[in-house]
Amino acid sequence: MHEKKPIITIKGNREGLTLMIDDEVPFEEALVELKDKLQSTQQNKNEPVVSVKVQSGNRFVDEEKQYKLRDMIEGENHFKVTAIETNVVHRDEALRWKEESEIKTIHRIIRSGQVLKVTGDLLLIGDVNPGGKVMATGNIYVLGNLFGIAHAGYKGDRSAFIAASYMKPTQLRIADYISRAPDYEADGVYMECGIIDENEDKIIIDSLKLLSRKRNEISGFERRMQNG
Amino acid sequence: MGEAIVITSGKGGVGKTTTTANIGTALALMEKKVCLVDTDIGLRNLDVIMGLENRIIYDIVDVVEERCRLNQALIRDKRFDSLVLLPAAQTSDKSAVTVEGMKKIVAELKQEYDYIIIDCPAGIEQGFQNAIAGADRAIVVTNPEKSSVRDADRIIGLLEQEEMTESPRLIINRIRNHMMQSGDIMEVDEIVQLLAIDLIGIVIDDEEVIKASNNGEPVALNPNSKASIAYRNIARRILGENVPLQSLEEDKGIFQRFKKFIGMRS
Repeated sequence: MHEKKPIITIKGNREGLTLMIDDEVPFEEALVELKDKLQSTQQNKNEPVVSVKVQSGNRFVDEEKQYKLRDMIEGENHFKVTAIETNVVHRDEALRWKEESEIKTIHRIIRSGQVLKVTGDLLLIGDVNPGGKVMATGNIYVLGNLFGIAHAGYKGDRSAFIAASYMKPTQLRIADYISRAPDYEADGVYMECGIIDENEDKIIIDSLKLLSRKRNEISGFERRMQNG
Repeated sequence: MGEAIVITSGKGGVGKTTTTANIGTALALMEKKVCLVDTDIGLRNLDVIMGLENRIIYDIVDVVEERCRLNQALIRDKRFDSLVLLPAAQTSDKSAVTVEGMKKIVAELKQEYDYIIIDCPAGIEQGFQNAIAGADRAIVVTNPEKSSVRDADRIIGLLEQEEMTESPRLIINRIRNHMMQSGDIMEVDEIVQLLAIDLIGIVIDDEEVIKASNNGEPVALNPNSKASIAYRNIARRILGENVPLQSLEEDKGIFQRFKKFIGMRS
């Protein structure tokens, strides 16, 4: 009989502790073991708070389990749970991610008075006429004339942007930022994008080249997978 | 079995009623059986422009509320036996007619007439819903100015949600050539590009139209007016003929550009 694999493994590095929980034992058993481990660690109350990263492997950790883990680790101790990582995601959540990061392709003209609202990125093949409005939780790409209002990242994603073949919008909105067309009659611009400039703290319109510099991670799904 | 065409615009005062009267007259000139229907209840005008106001006994509300038969309410035109008018009521309001009532009337008229031209009230409320209810296709009238084009766009959006046999067609009315050339108003191709529907005709701003409307004689009867020719051309296009767009002035450059649309359409 080979040596029993430890249920809890703790590793330390400069950033803090990494706590690995074996994913093959029942959760309750792991909790008991974790409690033992934590009690055996002697902590000096004067030391700064140690950050802890939990890796739960192939075990699905729902919100209740997350709460229990946090509660036990942080509890009386001088620990702070910074992340609970797991290799598995719930199907519903995965579907939601997919929904939010998918590009919705729509071909029609958005006319005055019409509002098109999508979850995820929007690829509109057609025009947005004056008085029309397009909204997306992600980025907006218009293969056509943008004369109306475009609102990218309407749920608050400030990294979203708006790109159009021809830009002469009444308003551009990104997350909680709004910019409007100048009061004088100006010509539109071809192949440009609207993006939030952090330095100027407003929406700027610039050539599409800017995107390759500022928004490398255009592909939404990978962006989500990495950032959680 | 006839075809019902609704003339609509969204904005008021762009020339829906004048267009209805003239297209109807032009179709009658080509020996079609035509019925004009005024759905602008409470603000009827079509009877005035046709010069038939003094003959109204029953109106569309009487038909809907079954106070008379449909045939009793139809007024025969002074000039053409094949042209009749179903007038709107002046005393009720738009809610006096329902979508179902309208559909029933149009269906009945389609048995008898080749073309039913429906004059739509301004706005997008009940009156508009009634007017488009029985229509097979729609013609949107706009003027070359921003507010009118904006409303036309809104109307086209609403029409696209309806079950019609084909997409709406566009008439650009009251074109003033010198203003278009100087860039003070929107150009024809600019409007067509924005609205993205097929153009069925352009009508210049002609004083003859106002004069004729005041006399209760549709301008389409007058062969010397440019606007009259424009309306006749629209009627021919409704019948399926391929007629080139009128030249606005003796300006070949613009003419060539208009020809392009014709080429694109057929």
